[in-house]
Parts: sequence; structure tokens; C-alpha cells
Amino acid sequence: MAERTENIQRDKVIEDQVDVAVIGAGHAGCEAALACARLGLKTVIFTMSVDSIALMPCNPSVGGSSKGHLVREVDALGGEMGKVIDQTFIQSRMLNVSKGPAVHSLRAQADKAAYSRTMRQVLENTPNLRIRQSEVMEIITEEGKITGVRIRSGMILPCRACILCTGTYLQAKCIYGDVEIYTGPNGLEAANHLTASLLDHGIRMMRFKTGTPARADGRTIDYSKMTEQKGDRRVVPFSFETDPESVQKEQVSCWLTYTNEETHRIIRANLDRSPLFSGVIEGTGPRYCPSIEDKVVRFADKDRHQVFIEPEGLSTNEMYIGGMSSSLPDDVQVAMYRTVPGLEHMEIVKNAYAIEYDCIDPAQLKETLEFKNIAGLFGGGQINGSSGYEEAAAQGLLAGINAAMYVLGKEPLVIDRSEGYIGVLVDDLVTKENREPYRMMTSRAEYRLLLRQDNADLRLTEKGYRVGLISEERWQKLCRKKEQIEAEIDRVEHTVIGGSETVQTFLEEHGSQRLKSGTTIGELIRRPELDYDTLSPLDPERPELPVDVREQVNINIKYEGYIERQKRQVEQFKKLEKRLIPENIRYEEIAGLRIEARQKLEKFRPSSVGQASRISGVSPADISVLLVWLQAAARRGETAGKE
Amino acid sequence: MFDDTIAAISTAVSEAGISIIRISGPEAVSAADRIFRTPKGNRILKEVPTHTIHYGYIVDGEETVDEVLVSVMRAPRSFTAEDIVEINCHGGILSTRRVLETVLACGVRAAEPGEFTRRAFLNGRIDLSQAEAVGLLIGAKNEYALRNSVSQLKGSVLEAISRLRGEILHVVAGIEAALDDPEHYSAEEMADRLRENVGGWQRQIRKLIDSAQDGRMITEGVRTVIVGRPNAGKSSLMNYLAGADLSIVTEIAGTTRDVLTQTINLRGVTLLLTDTAGIRRAVDKVEKIGVERARENARGADFILYVVDSSVSLDESDQEIMDLLRTEKKPALILLNKTDLVPVTTEEALREELGRYGLSSLPVLPVSVTGGSGLGQAEDKIIEIVYGGRLSVSEGLTITSVRQKNLLVQAAGSLEKVSTSIEMNMPEDFLTIDLMDACDALGAITGEQAGEDLINEIFSKFCMGK
Repeated sequence: MAERTENIQRDKVIEDQVDVAVIGAGHAGCEAALACARLGLKTVIFTMSVDSIALMPCNPSVGGSSKGHLVREVDALGGEMGKVIDQTFIQSRMLNVSKGPAVHSLRAQADKAAYSRTMRQVLENTPNLRIRQSEVMEIITEEGKITGVRIRSGMILPCRACILCTGTYLQAKCIYGDVEIYTGPNGLEAANHLTASLLDHGIRMMRFKTGTPARADGRTIDYSKMTEQKGDRRVVPFSFETDPESVQKEQVSCWLTYTNEETHRIIRANLDRSPLFSGVIEGTGPRYCPSIEDKVVRFADKDRHQVFIEPEGLSTNEMYIGGMSSSLPDDVQVAMYRTVPGLEHMEIVKNAYAIEYDCIDPAQLKETLEFKNIAGLFGGGQINGSSGYEEAAAQGLLAGINAAMYVLGKEPLVIDRSEGYIGVLVDDLVTKENREPYRMMTSRAEYRLLLRQDNADLRLTEKGYRVGLISEERWQKLCRKKEQIEAEIDRVEHTVIGGSETVQTFLEEHGSQRLKSGTTIGELIRRPELDYDTLSPLDPERPELPVDVREQVNINIKYEGYIERQKRQVEQFKKLEKRLIPENIRYEEIAGLRIEARQKLEKFRPSSVGQASRISGVSPADISVLLVWLQAAARRGETAGKE
Repeated sequence: MFDDTIAAISTAVSEAGISIIRISGPEAVSAADRIFRTPKGNRILKEVPTHTIHYGYIVDGEETVDEVLVSVMRAPRSFTAEDIVEINCHGGILSTRRVLETVLACGVRAAEPGEFTRRAFLNGRIDLSQAEAVGLLIGAKNEYALRNSVSQLKGSVLEAISRLRGEILHVVAGIEAALDDPEHYSAEEMADRLRENVGGWQRQIRKLIDSAQDGRMITEGVRTVIVGRPNAGKSSLMNYLAGADLSIVTEIAGTTRDVLTQTINLRGVTLLLTDTAGIRRAVDKVEKIGVERARENARGADFILYVVDSSVSLDESDQEIMDLLRTEKKPALILLNKTDLVPVTTEEALREELGRYGLSSLPVLPVSVTGGSGLGQAEDKIIEIVYGGRLSVSEGLTITSVRQKNLLVQAAGSLEKVSTSIEMNMPEDFLTIDLMDACDALGAITGEQAGEDLINEIFSKFCMGK
């Protein structure tokens, strides 16, 4: 009771009102805070420790399959992650280059310390943005609206919107063997109070788990027993604004090695000491990022697993042992790592561990990432049940933009599944039952031929511009690019080419069939063995165009059939997305809905019929019933209006 | 979902009457034009006035499918307020099906249960006060279709489709896993497997389509159960009906080893005939169970054939069966068998007993199955009951089977595209697009929803790393 009285007195101590309070300064929090501040709102970002801003507590890389797409999209909307990694990467590769353009994806190894420092500098030098080191204890609401937050000292900071970006810090617990430590990642202080306040506000919480492998002292690794993995010769930057020449620099290597039967034997022999199997860990872990003990148990027929040795930065000897995250006891970890070729004498700097943390059930969020039941409260990143730096940044940016739109009284920004991986990510989070940390995957994007990393700017920069995060200059540049692409596609499709001997010889030289009659350059581009650039000798009228324009022309012509097909699917998809469901709908009143559908619709309260159709347990017939009901409601409304 | 063109059989399918196939949507008229020919071949529906009827033929390429009357009703003056073409066929399950299949081959989609009504409502053709009824109707029709679609498939067919889908899904998952985690997996391996298998998959689907064509795929027909006390002559009747037409299509082992079901074509009517005699023999000592099984069978039946032994007196089993007929209220035909023997139970006695159960309206026919008398009349009566309106073979049955076949054709088309893409040397990520379409089409038959299936397959079969 004494403490309670104290708190009431402390209520009087009030800090200056801000527009937006961002809780957490990881990859989500940084993007959220920057977006709000850049849109002119007075913004404060809270962090447990200023030294852990934009920390990468797990793998030392940004991007990768589909995650690279997210970084590109963040950049296209006016976010920061792409720019910072372009400045701080130490190796970069474009993945899947032998595959179609939709699955090309950038991945860069980061100098972790440099990444954090650079992002922190951006934050520190952004007008309207204040960094504050303190734990946020409570959120404060009035009449279903966020009005402020209370920090560790008891002071209240009034705010108009608040974005939760708490990552893995809420009631975090790190576990290996029988050791349980109540800290956040990397030994950082956990945030132990906010969960209770969120529960008090009726927010449903979940407990998730993830893990990280050991870091080794690079001097104790024998690289001669491993396969070297170098970066690309020609590096492509993440940001559309980065000068491509500025990223051509010396790169460091990663190394590939493998586990073996001996590794697996040690793991099996010590499974009883693993907290995962003994039941100490309650949180749900991701299936896509299994610990090495998990891999050995679940994929018992595999006699080896890949191990990637990745540098943590240029200013440290620490090496990340990718592929071998674990929560086995320390002594078992040492023994198991040392069975791997090249790691025989490795010394652990930081041991592997699993981490458990609280997150929210994202079914409580709108597609704007605002909570359905608390106006002005948003969530971004791992607290929404996702995993990964890039997923976090993408959500942080969207939550930040929408918190700003909320404060400014403007239309929220919604990105749907046909517009970006961000849209797929958010839609999956808010309409699916998430039982494990959500990771972006290219197979989750049904329109992925349209959602390429190469056209993220063409897809999203207009939205960023309308919101106010993209400068006039950048926007004009993009408009010119669009015009150039359209004009060149049109020209190439109408440039007729005859079967002259030069042409026939050229085609034969490129393993292509001779022409029987005249055709267009466009048709030749569609031949699998040819492309836009290759055909330049046959196209004397061709204008001088930048590489990104030529790339778009090539892809759009070459894969036109598939692209057009997806565009038609998107048209169908949009029709249901546009059918909005009133927020006050009462599903129990709709006759004909099956009970399961009714319960699911009640739980998710989708904003559109399209969203409703993606909820598992809602059948097409339920959607028909819903449509009929909505139509009836609309007609009743009209009738009522006339009377 | 709103403005494509849909088609379905809009009347109960019957042998004697006329069936109507309704096409609704913007392409309704042009789709009909592609398959409709007037005798002189001079009229096209696009040019005829609205609300007119035309005589002609439905053709599939060179072949004439059926002689029909076609009515054209243009939007908005139609049931759905869309362009509607109704094809009045001569009827008969087979020809109606053929016409529907021909329509669907023109890029028209098979309507979902209750979809015409939904469109009619959404387009303002149905009164607002009916909204709730419309909702309930759609829900109920769908429940019915769901219950029927999978249960109609022969177990072995269901298994084959499901296995095929599983194989395709596995290959997709392998390729996708490699695309998502290129450092741990190579897509080449799965792509090789795909190249090896896609031809085989196509052949399997073609076989399934063929079997759908001649009805071997689907246990479609009037579910008919023969009941009666032991030795009343049920097996003989079964053998007679089966032997009467040598076009026995298939023999299915039912859910229980003891239940014998045969598909019998009786003058164009398909009967799914279940003999409960086997039940009795197998569980002779536990008579109670036998009756219960007969009850179960009768409950799922469209039509009941009750065989009474006239050479002995009615007993407890007969009373059980009459009680069952009373409670189930199913259309039934009662055959008073063994008229060649000395009658103990006369037709009058039987009718009197039936009366006590409130069953006096049921037809009774004296026959001798082994003696071969009265059987022609019995067949006539069966046909009359099935198509005389006393028993409605629901549109659901035919529609589902057409839809299933259509889905197979779709799956085959998708695999064809995969083959073409492979020949064109397209990268693996293009192949999975059409492979997933094939999976979706097959899944729609077996009731397996794609949803998270792919992601689950990736996670469970491929060790994704970080």
C-alpha cells in the first residue's frame, strides 16, 4: 500500500508532453521514432540502455531471402535500415541470382558495432527526436485512448500516441542448461513491469522463445579446414539512394564448415540436460530457426548440418557460429562445437542461449498496427510475434507512420498483400493464428512476381511521398524513371526487326533460332536465351539508359505472361479488400454463419471481407453469408437514410 | 468472386423431366454462343432480343451433345440481375452432365452452393426481408455440398488424389525451402525430381479424368438400401439387379467389410445398391447389432427396398424394419417375395400391418425373385419412384462430380504449364507458381486447404537454418 501512495504522489511529476513515445530502440523502435520525428512530430524514444540502440543481438547480417525485400521496401518508403547497412556492411551478396528476378535477394554481413553506432548517430541528429534512457513501466489511457506513459522514476510523460517496440525484453529470461538468468539479450537488463500494465489494459499476451549460437574467439579458429565464402565482386546497395560506387570496397569472408556424427552423438548423449527437452522452456520457438539439438532430433537422418562462421565486425575477433544455436549446458556446448572441423581449439567468448520473452497476440492489431481496443497505441517488431531485424524494421516504420497519421488526423497508411512483403507480413500477423515467431519467407508472398526487390521503389515510393517521408527531389527522380521504363518498353515492343543476315548470324551465335519472318525486339527479349542488354547490337535506335531502367524493361517484357497473370489475380483480390466491415459488426446476429467462423471472426474482427476470407476456419460460404449480410445492412442504412 | 460467369444445374436432375443449366454473368451469352448451334446455324445468341427462347443443339466441337431450348435473359431483368442463359436439356443425368461440362470448358466457373441466390440478393433482386433466409440457405447448401463432395469420392480415388497432391506439395516445399534458404538447400535437386515426375503426374491425372468421365471415380447415384429379414431374398434381389444389367461399373468395399455396395445402372439410373444381408450373416448371433447397422444404412439412403418373405409369417425383424421406415420417412418400395411358394403372409395381411405403422401409402409389389415373376414391374416402379418426383436426386451430386472433374482438368492444365516452363528453361521459382495451382485444384477435391500446408511442409521436411 505504501508503494501505491508513493506512486500517486509521483503522478504529479510530469514531463513535457510529446506527440509520440516509442518504447524500445531496436530495429523497430529506431524506424518508428525516425518516421515520427521526420514527419514533424515531437518524439521521444525510450531505451533500457543508450548503448544498445540498434543492437544486433543475433546474426551479424541484414537481408537474405525475402528479408532483403523488406529492407528495400523500408527504404522505398523512406526508412533508414538500408542506408545504415550500406555504410556499415563488410560483405554483401545477391542471393538466388540463378533463379527468377522475384527471388533475387540481397544479404549483407554487418559490422555490428558500426551499424549500432551509425544508427544511433542518425537518431541523435534528427530534429524533433529525443532519446531517453529509462524503462517504461506503464501505459496510461483515458476512455480507450493512450494519454501517456510512466517511466521508472514514476514520472509521467504525456503523449498522444505510443508505439511498443520492446523486442525480446519483456520479462526476458535467458536459458542454457540449468542456468536461468532474468536478463534481455546479451546480458542486458530486462523490462519486467510493462507486461502487467498491458494485461491490465486487456491486452492478450503470449510467451515466445528464440535462441542464438555461441560467439567464438576468431584467433582460435582454423579456417584452413573450412570453405571460404566471399562477397560479390560487384556489390548492389540496399538503398535506392545510395550511390552504387560508394559500396564497392574491400570485403571480408565468411566460412563454411559442417557438423558430423560425433557432434550429433554428443548432443544426443546430453539431451536430458537441455532445458528444451526437460520442459524448463515454456515459450514457443520457431521451427524455421531450430537449435542444433532440435535439428539433430527432428532431422535424425541428416548426417551433417552446415555451420557458417561469420565475422561480428572489423573491430572485434568475435565470430558468429551460424547454424548452431543451442540451450545446452556450457560444458556440452564447448565439447560439441569442438567436434566441428576448424573449431577443434575454439574458445567461446559468449555461449549460446535460448531467450524467452513476452509478446502480444497480434490478432489484436489492425493492419495499421494500431491496437483495436486502444486508440493511439501501436506495436512494431518482435512484440507483435515476429522475428528478425528486417521484419522488425518494416513494422516499426509502418507503426511509426501510422502513429504520426493518427496524431495528425490523417488517413492511415495500409500496405496490402499485393503491394509489398510488408503487407504480407502485417496481414499474416493480424489474420493468422501465430504459434511461433513469424519469419518472412518468399513462399508466403502469393504475388511475389510483382513484389520484387528490384521494383520496391516503383511499388512503394509514391506512398512514402504521400505520407511525407520522401523528398520532392527523390519523387521527381522516380517519376522520370517510370516514364523512361514505359517509353522504352513501348519502343522495344514496336521496334520491328527483319531477318537480315546480320540478325540471323547474331541469333545463331547466341544459341537462338533463326527468324522465319520479321518480329519485334520485345519478342526476342522473351526468348529464354536472350535479354534486353544482349540484344543491343540489333537495336541501333536504343537510347542511353541507366542500369535500373534497363533491368525493369527486361524483366517486364521477359516475364510479361506471368506478371499479367498475377496482376489479374490482384484485381480479384482487391475487390474483396475494398469491401469494408463496420467496426461495430455483431457476428452473433448473422444467420447462416457456422459457429467456428463466428468465433474466429469475433476474435480477429477483420476490417475487410478480404481479410476475413484469409482467417483460417472461415469458409467461402461464410464469406458469402457475410456479403449478403453486409449488403442487407447497407440497404437498410439507405432506407433509413431516406426516411 | 463477384463478376465472373458461373454455371450450375438449376433443377433437380431427373430422367423424365427437363433439366435446366443456368449460366449467369457478363460472359454468359458469349459462352453459350460458343457451344450452341441452331439447326440452320444462322442465329447467334448475342444478337437475339432479351427474353427469347431458341431451339438448337449444344455441340462440343463436331459432336452434338444434346438437343436443347435456350433462353436468353439480359441484365438487369433476370433472376441474378446479370446476363443469364438457361439451357433446357432433354434431361438424363449423363446428358445434363455433358452439357454442363461443355459449358464449363468455355471458361465458365462452376457456381458455389447458393451462389445464384447470393448474386440475386447482392444485385438487389431479392427483397431485404429475405436477407436472413438467404444467409441460412447459403450456409445450409454449403454444409450439404461439403458433406457430399468428399463422401462421394471412392476411397481409392480420394487416396490417389491426396497422395498426388502430397507429392507435388513436397516438391514445391523443397524448391521453396531452397529459395528461402539458398545457403542450406539447392533447388536443383528438387527441380530434377520435378522434371522426372511431372510427366507421371500428368498421366495419373489424365487417368483420373478418364475415370471421372465414365463415372468410375465417383460413387454417384441413388443410394439404395435393401432391407429385410434373413432369407427374405435380399441377396437374390441384389444379384438379379446386378445381373440384369452387365454394365456394373464398380464394386466397392464399404466402410465395413460386411456391407456390400454395388453401382448398378438400371435403365440409365445409377443405383448405389447396398445389401444389408451380409450384415446379418456376419453378426448372426448379435441380432441387435444387425438391425442397428441396417438402420444406419437406411439413414444414409435415398431409397429403401424392403423385401418381405411371403412364405413365412411376419416377425420381430419385420416390425423393426417397419418402425425404421416410419421413423426415417424415406421413399421405399416393398417387394412381397416368394409368390411361387405357398403364401403365409398375404398382400392384404402385409398392407394391414403396414397400416398400423402409418405406411399404407407405400407401394407393395408381389414378386418372385428366383422364379423371375413381377421383376419387370418392380424395375418400372423403381424408375417411377426415382424420377416420379417421389425421390429427388439432389443437384448436389451431379454438380459436385462435374466440379471435381473440372478441378482435375485444371490441375492437368497447370501441370502442362509446368512442363512448358521446364522446356523453356524457366527458373524454379516460376515452376512453383503452376505447381501450387495444381495443388490447390487437387486440394479442392479432397478438401485439403493449402493455407499453411506449404509452410508446414517446408518446416517439417526441410531443416531451415540460421
